[in-house]
Amino acid sequence: MKRRGFLLALAAFPALRAWAAGQAGAGQEQATAFAPVLPGRQLVFPRDHGAHPDFRTEWWYATGWLKLADGSPLGFQITFFRVRTGIGEDNPSAFAPRQLLLAHAAIADPRHGRLRHDQRSARSGFGRATYAQETTDVRVGDWRFALVGDSYRAEVRGEEFAYALNLRPDAPPLLNGKAGFSVKAPDPRHASYYYSRPQLAVSGTLSLDGRAQPVSGRAWLDHEWSSELLPTAAQGWDWIGINLDDGGALMAFRLRDHRQGTLWAAATLRAAASARGADGAGQRAPASEILAPEAVEFVPLRQWRSPRTGIEYPVEWRIRVGRRSFRLLPLLDDQELDSRRSTGAIYWEGAVRLQEEGREDGPGGRGYLEMTGYGERIRVG
Amino acid sequence: MSLARVFLGSLARRRLATLFSLAAIVLGVGLGMAVQVVHEAALAEFARGMRSMSGDADLQVVGARGGFAEASYAQVAALPEVMAASPIVEIDAQIAGGDQRLQLVGVDVFALAQVTPALLPRPAAASPASGVSNDGERFAVLADDAIFLARAAQDALGVKPGDTLRLQAGAGEVALRVAGDIPGAADNPRLALMDIAAVQERFGKLGLLSRIDLRLAEKVPPPGSAGDSAFVARDEWVAVDAGTARARVQALLPAGVIAEPPQAGESQASRLSRSYRVNLTLLAAMALLTGGFLVFSAQALSVVRRRTEFAFLRAIGLDRRRLFAWLLTEGALVGLAGGIAGAALGYALAAALLALLGGDLGAGFFAGLTPKLEFEPSVTALYVLLGIVAGVGGAWLPAREAATVSPAQALKAGDEAALPGGHGHPHLALLVLLASLAACAIPPRDELPIGGYLAVLGLLAGSIMLLPTVAATIARHLPARGSVPARLAIARLAAAPGHAVVAAAGVLTSVALAAAMAIMVTSFRDSVGNWLELVLSSDLYLRSGRTASSTYLDEDLQRRIAAVPGIASVEFTRLDQVRLAPEQPPVALVARPVVPDGSELALVGAADPAASGGEPNLWISEAVHDAQGWRTGQQVDFPLAGRLVRMHVAGIWTDYSRPTGTVMIDLDDYRRLTGDRLANDAAIRLTRGADMQAVSAALLALAAPGTIEVAPPDEIRALSLRLFDRTFAVTYLLEAVAVAIGLAGVAASFAALAAARRREFGMLRHLGLARREIGKMLALEGALAAGVGVLGGLLAGGAIGLVLIEVVNRQSFHWSMDLRVPWGSLALFALGLVALAALAAVLAGRQAMRQDAVLAVREDW
Repeated sequence: MKRRGFLLALAAFPALRAWAAGQAGAGQEQATAFAPVLPGRQLVFPRDHGAHPDFRTEWWYATGWLKLADGSPLGFQITFFRVRTGIGEDNPSAFAPRQLLLAHAAIADPRHGRLRHDQRSARSGFGRATYAQETTDVRVGDWRFALVGDSYRAEVRGEEFAYALNLRPDAPPLLNGKAGFSVKAPDPRHASYYYSRPQLAVSGTLSLDGRAQPVSGRAWLDHEWSSELLPTAAQGWDWIGINLDDGGALMAFRLRDHRQGTLWAAATLRAAASARGADGAGQRAPASEILAPEAVEFVPLRQWRSPRTGIEYPVEWRIRVGRRSFRLLPLLDDQELDSRRSTGAIYWEGAVRLQEEGREDGPGGRGYLEMTGYGERIRVG
Repeated sequence: MSLARVFLGSLARRRLATLFSLAAIVLGVGLGMAVQVVHEAALAEFARGMRSMSGDADLQVVGARGGFAEASYAQVAALPEVMAASPIVEIDAQIAGGDQRLQLVGVDVFALAQVTPALLPRPAAASPASGVSNDGERFAVLADDAIFLARAAQDALGVKPGDTLRLQAGAGEVALRVAGDIPGAADNPRLALMDIAAVQERFGKLGLLSRIDLRLAEKVPPPGSAGDSAFVARDEWVAVDAGTARARVQALLPAGVIAEPPQAGESQASRLSRSYRVNLTLLAAMALLTGGFLVFSAQALSVVRRRTEFAFLRAIGLDRRRLFAWLLTEGALVGLAGGIAGAALGYALAAALLALLGGDLGAGFFAGLTPKLEFEPSVTALYVLLGIVAGVGGAWLPAREAATVSPAQALKAGDEAALPGGHGHPHLALLVLLASLAACAIPPRDELPIGGYLAVLGLLAGSIMLLPTVAATIARHLPARGSVPARLAIARLAAAPGHAVVAAAGVLTSVALAAAMAIMVTSFRDSVGNWLELVLSSDLYLRSGRTASSTYLDEDLQRRIAAVPGIASVEFTRLDQVRLAPEQPPVALVARPVVPDGSELALVGAADPAASGGEPNLWISEAVHDAQGWRTGQQVDFPLAGRLVRMHVAGIWTDYSRPTGTVMIDLDDYRRLTGDRLANDAAIRLTRGADMQAVSAALLALAAPGTIEVAPPDEIRALSLRLFDRTFAVTYLLEAVAVAIGLAGVAASFAALAAARRREFGMLRHLGLARREIGKMLALEGALAAGVGVLGGLLAGGAIGLVLIEVVNRQSFHWSMDLRVPWGSLALFALGLVALAALAAVLAGRQAMRQDAVLAVREDW
């Protein structure tokens, strides 16, 4: 689960934020029947790679590490959101804003010292913004995220950067929660369909600082859709998606309440690659472990204060997953996304390294950490 | 320098004459200035509005007012040269049951943010203090019942967020919730914003766009790059040429849909109002010219009076050039003072005109704008300079005259020997008049009737030059009989026409101006009246609100209208606006039943309709004929519903109501070619004996109150003529000013003359003439001088009026009218002016007559 979905939807569209925070618009509740997320539904591929427009929200969320030709590391992120608004369901206009598509991309470059990011948003229609239901293929303007053959293709053209990346999975989708039914709160009404694709082999072209260069790396894709996600008590969340060096993968998240205590948590740990087929046709799912809320713990170790917003983020963590314990270190401290001037959203999302604690010879890992709801506290307090 | 006292002090000594000259210049400068400043303010406001509406757009795709097919949006937006495309559906929305109108813009906020971010709406609960709109209403900017009103528009309508606003759509109503404001356009009193899909659905615009605002990319990937090579670094991209990009956009657009820079709208607006403004400015210039004549007459007489003085100055060493310069300085001083006072008056007048008539002086070009008056240094300087030019120009001839006379001769001769203009230049005058005739043939430049203006100036100059000859001729033919004062007056005119001519020149100019205006306005008003008679031939008229874009009669309502008892037949009209060429104002499209031979139209020339079964007939107004060069009988490609339709120009007709041009096609043709079955107006014929009141009531009951209006033709005619009079109100003001200036001229020159003729009056008294008889003589002299001026002025004015009608209006407004001379009022006006001139002459001479006869004769001796 990643609520950054909401966050970004909001980021692109301030009026959405109230909705994301779970505050129903007074007297404006649309009588739209959003499809419910129910346990027991079996995810079927490739159909479930495609969009699910009957649900309220959906996202395809790719994050990962890139290596430039000179070996220096970069973090990248690309997200496409689909939002069903419940507005204009009966409007015959081709502009009816039934479905919105929002895309966001960022590059974390230690030499630059902070994130570069850009975004696109549009209502679906007129070829300006489209989604396919048969397989992954979402576009906003000239941005695109699609499953082409057995590789994902990500195309982004921003003001400060552009990239075209191929992301090739090595295994079938990793289903989170109960076979893809991911609960977000004690009340199972708050749930989503959620699967991940870790260990994506990345190759492609990145254009940065006026120069195009080949890049390679490892990435992580989340695909998640839901109609009712957040309990009203939620204040923010922490999420990680890490590709382990041994071929394993770790996803963990927790929801925080107004006192920053844990409301709910969950994790999925995929075992190291051992007996897997060589190519897509022979793919077999490696063993994975689904962890209960009480088996997942997030412990902040070091705070970093943003010089722009004054918000403090815990940028180093200890994450306990069952019996194992990992230490999380950021690629760079300043991976805050400050869109207050344009959209009002502030959060931290960036590339992190992972080390298993107590086992110095244990596998390391690289992935992404997302933290939201830390700015709210400042405003509230 | 002590010479300053000698010369400039003379201005103070002849206070009355100086004052009149000054007043004329003040009025001329003030009027011209006011017209100019008001229009600058209106245009600036219009441009500001246009700029805030078009934001960062580099190009705008525009089409018929009714809209163009939205499919173009997808194609244009997909071009690599197009960085962002913002689709717009714009509607001139009318408050249900009210008069107020809103510019309702349907937008896609996502695209709007990239092209026109200043127009982004703000949901009401958003509080700017927190920096974040936490309580912003969910999806408010997308909701189909939410309308965002600029703060000034909320104030103007008396609504606030949360209130319900009812707008007319078709002949029905749409209830909308005021959901917030538009911070970037807070002071726009007419601006409203909604989601584009909501506007399309609720105002009958499904599938249509009014405009696409485009932001062009600065650079695009090199041609031929595909796949990963499209992601080459920006440094290797190629710059986009605006002209090429525009051509590529245009190539995708259907017929009648045009890509043009946003500034085009501004220049169209300025062009629309320019003819009107330039015409008014020309009239103000004529007032200024009259002021110049007044300076001339005052200076001429004053110079004659001071001949001895100048002779002495010359004799003690003042050279010719300096005398000339000093005399010019006198005129310049009057001009400067008049210019400065005139500029001040101009601003005061402009403020009053703006408050009373609005930015277009009542002509209706800038409806809804509230321009703010601003100080314009360059315009002000120009008009002050014009005042000086008038003063110097007026002083020029007398100064030259004074400077050329040799001191010895001047010391010897009497005062009246050498008044300038005594003989005139009849040959030169005729040449100038002939040249004016030729100037009429000069084609307009940039819509400005240059030839017409030259002709007006030539006619004026020629008539003034011809004036002395005319005066002499008249004097020769007047009977040398009657009372002594009459004979004295006539003898004076015959022997020394100079005085009379000087006074008459001012009268001529002002009478010419007033008469020309009167003839033009009367002809125009009469033509409009006749035209209305022809156009409004039905028994009853019905329309769906004031705005053709958002209010209409749908087919069901059309059927119900036709079924109302007492109605014999109904002719429906559909209105739209089409674009025939880039950067030209839109042309009105009127679709209504047209009789095949066009005999119901106000045709200009013969009609040549296509044979039945041929191309559809197109009836074009004179403005379209002028702008497109289309002729009767020609086949043209006309854009209808996104494609070019071959049509036959069946005839040219006069349309006084739409100066940018109108095309009319038969309603059946229109419906067949476009599929649009809506209507805006209906012309209704009643059955014999039907009660108009009852039918009106039945019609009004068909739709929500206030959504349709019903009026008999005479009411519409009266309303139209009222509007006409309002438009020309400012010309009446100019006429009044011209007459005042003319009278001032008579008074000024006779005041100066009377002072100079003290000795003559003394001598006449000495010879036994009673004071009353001298008064009578003066009155007659005044009447004669004014009569000559009035006669010349009427002739010149008639000719100028003709030029205004046949050349200036034809070229700048594109309509023809029938000449109609208001004989009665012109005669009354002429007689009144002569009588007033006589009175002015007596009043001016009174002081001189009061003096003791003996003393007067002895003066100077």
